[in-house]
Amino acid sequence: MASAQKSINNKEKLPISNTKLLLTITICTFFGMYILAMLIWGGGFLNPQQFLDIFNNNAYLIVVACGLTIVMITGGIDISVGGTVALITMSTVVFMEDKGGTVLGTLLIALGIGLLIGIIQGFLVSYLNIQPFIVTLAGMFFTRGMTTIVSKVPRTATNEAFVKLEEFRLAIPGLGTYARNGNYIPARIELGVIIALLIVLILWAMLKYTRFGRNLYAIGGNSESALMLGINVKLTKFIAYILCGLLAGIAGFIYLLHTGAGNASNATQAEMQAIASSIIGGTLLSGGVGSVVGTLFGVMTLKTINNVVVASGLREPYWQSITTGLMLCFFILLQSVILSYRKKKLGNMAS
Amino acid sequence: MNNNVVLSMRGISKTFPGVKALSNVDFTLCQGEIHALMGENGAGKSTLVKVLTGVYTMDSGEIRVAGNAVSIRSPQDAQNMGISTVYQEITLCPNLTVAENMFIGRGKYHFVNWRAQEKRADEILQKLKIPVRAAQQLGTCSIAVQQMVAIARAVDMECKVLILDEPTSSLDEREVELLFSLMRDLKSHGVGIIFITHFLDQVYEVCDKITVLRNGELVGEYEIKDLPKVDLISAMLGKDLEDISKLKQQKKTYTGEKEAVYEAYELSSAEGVKPFNFRTMKGEVNGFTGLLGSGRSESVRAIFAADRVTGGTVKMGGKEVKITKPLDAMKNGIGYLPEDRKGDGIIQDLSVRENIILALQVLKGFFKPFSKSEAEKFADEYIKLLQIKTASKDTPIKSLSGGNQQKVILARWLLTNPQYLILDEPTRGIDVGTKVEIQKQVLKLAEKGVGLTFISSEIQEMLNVCSRLVVMRDRNIVGELRDDELSQDNIMRTIAGGSAHNE
Amino acid sequence: MSKKFVLSRELKKFTQSQLAIPVFALLLLVVFNLIRDPSFFSISIKTNNMGNSVLSGNLVSILNGASELVILAIGMTLITSATKGQDISIGASAAIAGSVFVKILRANTITVPVILLALVLACIVAILFCLMNGILIAKFNIQPMIASLILFTAGRPIAYWINGGATPNVESPLLSGLGGFIPGIPIPSPILIVIIFIILINLLLKFTNLGLYIQAVGINEKAARLNGINPMLMKMSVFLILGVCVSIAGSMNVCRIGLINHETILIDIEMDAILAVAIGGNSLGGGKFKLAGSVIGAYIIQTLTTTLYAMKVSSTAVKAYKAIVIILIVVIGSPVVKEAFQKLRNSLSGKKVARI
Repeated sequence: MASAQKSINNKEKLPISNTKLLLTITICTFFGMYILAMLIWGGGFLNPQQFLDIFNNNAYLIVVACGLTIVMITGGIDISVGGTVALITMSTVVFMEDKGGTVLGTLLIALGIGLLIGIIQGFLVSYLNIQPFIVTLAGMFFTRGMTTIVSKVPRTATNEAFVKLEEFRLAIPGLGTYARNGNYIPARIELGVIIALLIVLILWAMLKYTRFGRNLYAIGGNSESALMLGINVKLTKFIAYILCGLLAGIAGFIYLLHTGAGNASNATQAEMQAIASSIIGGTLLSGGVGSVVGTLFGVMTLKTINNVVVASGLREPYWQSITTGLMLCFFILLQSVILSYRKKKLGNMAS
Repeated sequence: MNNNVVLSMRGISKTFPGVKALSNVDFTLCQGEIHALMGENGAGKSTLVKVLTGVYTMDSGEIRVAGNAVSIRSPQDAQNMGISTVYQEITLCPNLTVAENMFIGRGKYHFVNWRAQEKRADEILQKLKIPVRAAQQLGTCSIAVQQMVAIARAVDMECKVLILDEPTSSLDEREVELLFSLMRDLKSHGVGIIFITHFLDQVYEVCDKITVLRNGELVGEYEIKDLPKVDLISAMLGKDLEDISKLKQQKKTYTGEKEAVYEAYELSSAEGVKPFNFRTMKGEVNGFTGLLGSGRSESVRAIFAADRVTGGTVKMGGKEVKITKPLDAMKNGIGYLPEDRKGDGIIQDLSVRENIILALQVLKGFFKPFSKSEAEKFADEYIKLLQIKTASKDTPIKSLSGGNQQKVILARWLLTNPQYLILDEPTRGIDVGTKVEIQKQVLKLAEKGVGLTFISSEIQEMLNVCSRLVVMRDRNIVGELRDDELSQDNIMRTIAGGSAHNE
Repeated sequence: MSKKFVLSRELKKFTQSQLAIPVFALLLLVVFNLIRDPSFFSISIKTNNMGNSVLSGNLVSILNGASELVILAIGMTLITSATKGQDISIGASAAIAGSVFVKILRANTITVPVILLALVLACIVAILFCLMNGILIAKFNIQPMIASLILFTAGRPIAYWINGGATPNVESPLLSGLGGFIPGIPIPSPILIVIIFIILINLLLKFTNLGLYIQAVGINEKAARLNGINPMLMKMSVFLILGVCVSIAGSMNVCRIGLINHETILIDIEMDAILAVAIGGNSLGGGKFKLAGSVIGAYIIQTLTTTLYAMKVSSTAVKAYKAIVIILIVVIGSPVVKEAFQKLRNSLSGKKVARI
């Protein structure tokens, strides 16, 4: 091996890691798309509130998608999250309305339900070795079913303290628009967004700097190796699912903060959107690659597309889904092509 | 070498459903000792190691580390007790950096300090002269480098016991020497090393003691200086070495017409095979030899069209044919036993019977499946012929030992009655007994007029069966040796000094 | 004496086979229903609104209602085996197939040749969409679930667009014959269609090497290639077959209901199909498969749903009970639990282990 004896110059450039590469692509695509939209259609895109509304309307999805990213990094999946969110919204409203619950109690119930689902699913997947798709599919069925058992009809939250939280808005200094009558309306974000962004920050730090976070990547990269390297694979996977459930719990609370009502059709398709966001953000379903920052941008990209479609004049509702599908296709193909090109260029990967 | 026993295993037994893998085995390792663990496949070596490293729990027996009785229930336990292992298959994570792979799962830290981790990793890598940067993603490094990183990790963990399971399979000579000097360095620091390998020469070069297992039982523990090679093989096989020496006389007995069964001109492939010319005659056993990475496997893969062929003409029996995919090669009577048994050879969950008939079935055609009785007849025939040890022909092939799996793949290609059979490392990782059987089969086929290409990293094996050797270096053919020219020295010389010419 | 021995050995072999748990689960459901209501499975002959005498009863409605699921489960089994993943877009492509079917029918007077034409065209369109998934998976090596996520997202809207953004209906005695009862035949037509389909698939598997090749590709694609098998061709073939399955299921459903609603047609059926494959003991990770398992799995799901309805469980709550039963079945079938049972049995019978 002639190259084996080459001396290593510390200033030599290293090939970029897969995670970083995909993340860069996603971020560039998002900004590219948004800037183009601002240039071509102006209007709403120039309004900072519209940008912030991406977050206001989808804060829960950001949290749910992060949970999914964590599980996907370990090579697993969790499609029960949408159902969990719906169940939480319904249960907490019933709790507040019928049992006179407090806001704190609501938060605890939300976390509790999420935690419980996460523990059960995590146990089945990690310790009984049952396929995650099936376990979480059952979880999805169970939570959706239970939502209607808790209450057959939609319920609205009227608890005063809770409604106050619902209506809380944080004004962003410096960003705002002028209404027709000349009044300055500052751009505002909801409480849920603050929570969601905080969570992304915490998760980012966890994934990058804690032992647990790095273990997740190791397991996703090669779970047998991870075992041999001394990582407790079963426990780590178990905690990953618990974390995902917990995040679904928080997301449920955030969802309620946004809509103020429990409804069996809440968060439908949330799991698929979360998966799509993670993929756009550079998470690989096969595991070992992914980042919550990428997922955040994934959600932003996914939801901006809808605005773009409407702005471009395609008003029928089916166009949004079709374009989402096309964009997903684009990202999936892009990732596949880039990764296989890298594999060829940079040589052997341990199989 | 002092008498401080660092590891003592007594009366170890382990049973799996239907198989008694270990039966009352003892093993002793002293400080500062390099101890080889040898035996055929199915002898129990890897089971013993897995018991020691916590992957399996033993059914009975006692393990003592530095005099204290211990219970090892997981790889984490083993690691904590100072037992480090480097496995044959890379057990690292390709998506993490080199530095992460060296430190993950160890110690009691909670938070990762990237800079400190990489700095420390770089220090170790430089000390061990491993040519890679700590911040590099492991998946972008070559297999040899990945293995060395695995060893670096083990070395850094200041283990009392270091287990190296077939560490040299993917290393070239220079890298093997690097490994050995590492091992000697560790030995001088009092580390006990368990060295598992099939390379007899390497055992004699670097080990102090040998423990031999056979059929799950202990045959004996010997000092290297007291055990000549012949006796070692005899202990492993349980029979005499006559068979091996008889082989040499059996060569070159094909008396039919000497015509070319396969010819290739300017054959090249997408896997870096530069245009080369090659010919195999009827009844000839030839081979490709050279260092690891010289292009031997890639060349034969180009012949079988296992990789994408990018140029050249091919003739079978004098007539020009087009071979662009494996099926074409098969239809022209070529068979190929791949180097990577697990990845390219066996279809794990399918039965022994299905694995045996597969190639012939594909040749027969999509719309003509064999009846169950036909398939069973074929399977029975070859199980008997090659003495394949299996519970039944319906057993999934993954349950068989490596050697028996190899026999099944060989049966698969023999069944297709090939004119030209390519065997790439057919005896790698296989016990001596089966090795001899396979070599015998090769010579028998040659006698019948089949042309064969045989590749092995054990030069002696090649000298045993081949009558012509094509020597390669750095993806080029640098020479050819035949008949009397065939000797280990000549081969080495040609590899080192031959000029590049592709015929 | 020897007959008994052979019987017990066969029985033992069966209990260790993949079909043991699904069959057992089905039997359990049947027994449960018989205890609850001994007349649950009774079949009676009624006169339907066309004036024909037809079979009716819970058993009939279970077999009838499961028809689309059985066909799709068979398709899903082959996909899973060859590609090591699941295609979650089959509901969407069935909607597309159904829409094409309806569009052709509405454009012409409905006669038998027109129906055949509509079927063929629906089939072609479905195959095209499935092959599109196939290319993403076989050529670009994208994971099946991810690749099919695209059609899952865009498929039903495409179906909607095919019919110009409407949910049109179709009416014809011929169609209701196909979706319901053919005059003179007391067995519902969908059941007959399923029977014919199963026979055809089994003939295909028996007289060709399709099963062997698919399994080889699913277990070890590189090795399959080195034996002369063309993995890309095999993978595209299973998508072709899936396209056929999807078009039959979609068209059958249209005949049954008499209209196409892109949003609700066969909704969530991909989940049920995957479940059927898993309950049937097939590995979702690809490789070896037994179609019988998936078929039994499909009927288990249908029986379960019908049982729950009979127990007056509301349609939305049915999902929760389904979930519990699914978990029970897969937990019992999981290797970990099986091993624990085996250990228990061994220690109870004090077995000795043989040496090889």
